[in-house]
Amino acid sequence: MLRDITIGQFFPGDSPVHRMDSRLKLILNLAFLVIIFIADNYLALGISAAFVLSLYIISGISLKFIFRSLKPIMPLIIITSVLNLFLLTGEGEPIFKLGFITIYWQAIDTTAFMILRLFVLIAGMSLLTYTTSPIVLTDAIERLLSPLKYIRFPVHELAMMMTIAMRFIPTLIEETDKIVLAQKARGANFEEGNLITRIKAFIPIIVPLFVSAFKRANELALAMECRCYHGGDGRTKLRQPKLAIVDLFAFLVFLLFTIIIILTNIYF
Amino acid sequence: MGLAIELKNLSHKYSIGTPFEINAVDSVSLKINQGEFVGVIGHTGSGKSTLIQMINGLIKPSEGAVFIDGVNIYDKAVSLRDIRFKVGLVFQYSEHQLFEETVYKDIAFGPKNMGLNDNEVDKKVRYAAKIMGIDDEMLKRSPFDLSGGQMRRVALAGVIAMEPQILILDEPAAGLDPKGRRKVLELIKDYHENSGKTVLLVSHSMEDVVDYATKVLVMNKGRVFCYDDTDKVFSKAQQLQEIGLDIPQISRFALALKKYDVDLGNNIYTVKKAVQGVLNLTTNKEKL
Ligand SMILES: Nc1ncnc2c1ncn2[C@@H]1O[C@H](COP(=O)(O)OP(=O)(O)OP(=O)(O)O)[C@@H](O)[C@H]1O
Ligand SMILES: [Mg+2]
Repeated sequence: MLRDITIGQFFPGDSPVHRMDSRLKLILNLAFLVIIFIADNYLALGISAAFVLSLYIISGISLKFIFRSLKPIMPLIIITSVLNLFLLTGEGEPIFKLGFITIYWQAIDTTAFMILRLFVLIAGMSLLTYTTSPIVLTDAIERLLSPLKYIRFPVHELAMMMTIAMRFIPTLIEETDKIVLAQKARGANFEEGNLITRIKAFIPIIVPLFVSAFKRANELALAMECRCYHGGDGRTKLRQPKLAIVDLFAFLVFLLFTIIIILTNIYF
Repeated sequence: MGLAIELKNLSHKYSIGTPFEINAVDSVSLKINQGEFVGVIGHTGSGKSTLIQMINGLIKPSEGAVFIDGVNIYDKAVSLRDIRFKVGLVFQYSEHQLFEETVYKDIAFGPKNMGLNDNEVDKKVRYAAKIMGIDDEMLKRSPFDLSGGQMRRVALAGVIAMEPQILILDEPAAGLDPKGRRKVLELIKDYHENSGKTVLLVSHSMEDVVDYATKVLVMNKGRVFCYDDTDKVFSKAQQLQEIGLDIPQISRFALALKKYDVDLGNNIYTVKKAVQGVLNLTTNKEKL
């Protein structure tokens, strides 16, 4: 079923990682991205991996979701690794030579490092969406971007659009599932025929889907207007984030992590 | 009478391997005879829709087997598409599946997929339209210009047009006004009586099935709570109420009277039976 895809799936919980201020979490997440690209030796990556792993354990998210987060980028990783292996050259003797294929030790080294770096990066960044509900996350984005309001950037509208889109993605997926099944029950065939018939086979799905999406959009707009929604001006927030001890602690831990990585960079 | 459907130890789990794993249908075994009108009732989330979608091969069961006319439909040699023409399924809120320019074309979608020629398709469309009370003028209109009740009837006609041996309807009357409800249910009842085909009608309200069903299947939390003749099922009115089902108004009335020591009898689920009960009571009193 389509519904099983995890688009940044959120797992509710009450761990320190869950309780952290979402703005701080977002910023640290971006900082993590930078640090992983600064890390230039295996020891640093190993420490980062251990750091991410312990965060998963603290937040109580099953380790198998690390693999799930890696799955979508697997094809990308495989293709780039293969290209890297064959195309990169290095100094000294190649360790493998067969016809036009030559592989250098350095190419293996670089590729392995790249794969490891991407794994740690994706696993770490996924933790953000695993432990933060989409609504809270867009709220954090809105708050962090709010200075842009002064240059007339529609921050609130953007955040509202994101919230609505995220709210309706599962609904639309569910709806697509249902329509596909309903048309299959009437003998629709999506698996056979040439390209044209196959494209045509999607009309019975697309038309009802669009009809209901527009209907929903219309109803939602009406419902929002009925509750006097008029954009971001003068709107107050339900959640008023406040930095707490846990945030200070998280910040210090992260600072420590950053310092360690920089030190390993210098000394190894 | 032959067996139309046999379910053996049928189970289905959703979202396997995630924290949201759920046993939607749990070891269901039962037999349904040809020509029977079975009412399937149960609370929201009791697994009714999941169960019926397994019967025509739309959802693969995690365990168990489905036999239609003695053939295991999940056998490799069996084409599920052919099964779907044999077992017609009308979905919950089926009006959301309409897509064609005209009502006629929409009803013709199923028969066309069966690979029939234009002549045969035309015959089937007109047959189904007649059953569902859709006139020629309506056939030419766009399905999106119809009222909710009319759209529902068009969607039903779209499945009936395939003339399935077994017709399964998932909440065909849900969300309609009382008049539309009665109309749709009456049309289905007439179809059952005239065609003699097997019909399964899913609903969470007993009131919908009580007048029509020969047998009733009650689902609770993915399991069969009971499956028996309509009479026998409704004699357990109190138990049904305990699992959160809405029993017919007249049954509730009879149960309420019981508290005041007025016993109309055990299986009161139509007004007619209640009247009979009252009459029995008064004649007994006279005798005393
Ligand atoms: N596609 C799905 N993915 C995950 N869980 C599902 C899915 N469809 C149904 N479920 C779950 O399976 C259980 C049974 O659902 P089902 O739709 O079969 O119930 P139902 O008896 O038809 O209810 P209703 O009367 O509301 O239609 C429910 O708990 C539901 O949440
Ligand atoms: Mg249902």
